[in-house]
Amino acid sequence: MIDPGPHAIYIVSSYLGAALVVLFLIVWTMFNAHRQKSRLEQLEKLGIRRQSALTSTREEE
Amino acid sequence: MNKPSAMTDAGAPTNWFSRLAHPGVFLSWSRDWIIPLIATTAILFAIGLWYAFFNSPPDYQMGETVRIMYIHVPNAWLSQMVYALMAVSAIGTLVWRHPMADVSMKAAAPLGAAFTAVALFTGALWGRPTWGTFWEWDGRMTSTLVLFLMYLGIVALWRTFEGQPRGARIIAVFTLVGALNIPIIKFSVDWWNTLHQPSIIKADGLSMPASLYTPLLIMTLAFTALFFTLHMVGMRTEILRHRANNLERRHVSAQNRGTSGTGT
Repeated sequence: MIDPGPHAIYIVSSYLGAALVVLFLIVWTMFNAHRQKSRLEQLEKLGIRRQSALTSTREEE
Repeated sequence: MNKPSAMTDAGAPTNWFSRLAHPGVFLSWSRDWIIPLIATTAILFAIGLWYAFFNSPPDYQMGETVRIMYIHVPNAWLSQMVYALMAVSAIGTLVWRHPMADVSMKAAAPLGAAFTAVALFTGALWGRPTWGTFWEWDGRMTSTLVLFLMYLGIVALWRTFEGQPRGARIIAVFTLVGALNIPIIKFSVDWWNTLHQPSIIKADGLSMPASLYTPLLIMTLAFTALFFTLHMVGMRTEILRHRANNLERRHVSAQNRGTSGTGT
């Protein structure tokens, strides 16, 4: 392991700051994706579907 | 005759490139790419961080602070690459009016803003022990700050024009005008006498030993893979958002028609 020396605070802060931003981006991206999927599922439950989805359902029937 | 919307699966184009970029087809093929992209990103970060902390020497001048370079340079590279990608997408929006170009621009903007923020933050923290100052209004730093403000402006514009068909074209024009800043950032260290060091890649090779360049390259690949993973998921989310918005709009207008039809 390295010995960061007298500038440890700068090195640790840099990596910590970058890690926090990356973590935020991952969580935010996943949250957004989940929210849009839930919205579409809710709409589907209400019987509101896309035209192509309705067509494929009819074809299956 | 009504042309089918490019956001629907109906009327999927037959040309292979158009098929690849068709929203419905994109949702289908991109699903298989997410797990491999996540795995690649994780592996690259594991190797890159191991090199950065355990398998690279301190610099003869900067000492251990050189390790900040392994996150500063990849984020600075991404801040420019993401904007270049947005500029190419903007051309796609303006010339071909391709809906996937809009989706790509919109998904990339907040990611670019975040990477630029990290580049500025880590640059300031690297500058203090190296140059004796957190900030200097020199060409490279000022033009990168301008880039960050432009990213924020573009994110704000997307929010302002949410759901408006002409919004993407207006933002595309703004993005292309802002692209002029990219060569300024790139060549600022050559054009002006700046505090910031020049590029490590020169015509006669690298101005850095392999022991420092190897972790830098791996960390750059790791951050780039992270961007493409998040961008792909972000693009998929945008398509789903567009679909949900369209369905809700159609449902509301159908309800309104029903209400006005039964009213007196």
